[in-house]
Amino acid sequence: MPMPPDAEAAPSPAPRPTSLWQLFWVFTRLALQGFGGVLPVAQRELVERERWLSKHDFVELLSVGQVLPGPNVMNLSLMVGDRFFGLRGAFVALAGMVGAPLVIVLAAAALYAELAHHTMVSGALRGMGAVSAGLIFATGLKLLGSLKSTPLGRPVAWGVVGVTVLLIAGLRWPLLWVLAALGTLSVTSAWRRIAP
Amino acid sequence: MSDGLTNADLLSLFGHFLMLSLLAIGGAISTAPDVHRYVVTERGWLTDAEFTTSIALAQAAPGPNLLFVAVVGWNVAGPMGAAVTMFGIMLPSTTLALWATRWRNQRREARGVRAFSAGMAPITVGLVLATAWLLAEPTREQPVGWALMLLTVVVMLKTRLSPIWMIAVGAVVGAMGWI
Repeated sequence: MPMPPDAEAAPSPAPRPTSLWQLFWVFTRLALQGFGGVLPVAQRELVERERWLSKHDFVELLSVGQVLPGPNVMNLSLMVGDRFFGLRGAFVALAGMVGAPLVIVLAAAALYAELAHHTMVSGALRGMGAVSAGLIFATGLKLLGSLKSTPLGRPVAWGVVGVTVLLIAGLRWPLLWVLAALGTLSVTSAWRRIAP
Repeated sequence: MSDGLTNADLLSLFGHFLMLSLLAIGGAISTAPDVHRYVVTERGWLTDAEFTTSIALAQAAPGPNLLFVAVVGWNVAGPMGAAVTMFGIMLPSTTLALWATRWRNQRREARGVRAFSAGMAPITVGLVLATAWLLAEPTREQPVGWALMLLTVVVMLKTRLSPIWMIAVGAVVGAMGWI
C-alpha cells in the first residue's frame, strides 16, 4: 500500500482530539461499530480517519496493551486517552469504549430468550462471524506495514510474525509461553541491534 | 439463573474477577474457560447452555469482547451481578495499565524500552493474524464462508468503507441461509 514517508507527513502537526467530548464520541462511535471485536475498527478510526495515531504508534500501544494484563483494547483506550488529556482522558476514552455497548449487550441479553430459536438469527450470527474473521485478517495485514522500519530488520520481523501465527493458531500454545519464549528472543535480538 | 445470591456470594464473584483481570493477558476472551470453571462447574450459578449463550451474545453485539463478562454477571445475579463482574475485571488491569504506560513514557528513548517495543511488535501482529485464523474456524469448511472472508479482506484493504457495512452483508448472507 503506498503511504507517504514520515518525512513528508511531518510538517503538518498531528491531529488530536479537541475536547473530552470528542474523545468520548470517537470511542463510542468505534465501539458501536465493533461487532465481534473492536480492533479492526479502532485501527480504521484512530489511525486512518482521525489520524490521532500513526500506524507505528498503534502497534506500539497495542504491543504494550498486549503484554499487560487486561483486555488489550481497554488498555489501548486508556493509553490513547491518557496521551491527550491525562487521567481524565483515560477514563473518558474507557467510558466511551464500554458505556453504550454495555447498555446494548445487556438489553440483548434480556431479549435473547425470545429470539434464540429463529434460524435466521443464528444464520446471521454465523455470517457476521465469517466477516469478523476477515476484518481482523485485514487489520493484521495492514499492521505488517508498521514493521517496515523495525530495528529487527524486515526478514527477522516477518519470521517472528510467522512463528507466532504457527505457535498460537497451529500448535495452540498458551499465550504465556509464546510471550515468554519468543518474546525473550525477539526483544534480545532487538536489543543487540539498537546501538546503546 | 439463580437470583438468590447472598452478599458473600457477590463478594466472592467480585474477588474472582479481580484475579482474572490480572490473568487476562491477550484479551478478555482468553479468560472464558476459567470463568466457565468457576461459574458453572464450581458454583453451579449457570448451566452450560446459559454460559455458551452469554458468550455468543456478547460476540454478536457491538463493542469489545470483554462485555461477555457483563452478560455472565447479569445472568448470574441481574444488574448487581453485571456491575460486580465488570468492576472486578476492569479495576486491577486499568490501574496497572495506566501506571505502566506513564512509567514507560518517561523512558521512551531508553534502549531497553525501545528494544522491548521493537521486539514485541511482530508478535502482536502475529497474534492479530492468529486470532483471525481461530475466528474463521466455524466457517472454514464452507466455500461461502471463505468467499465472505476474502471479500471482506479485499474491501478493507482497497476501500475506505466502514467495517460495519461488511458486517451487514455477512448478516444478510447468513440470514438467507447461504452459510
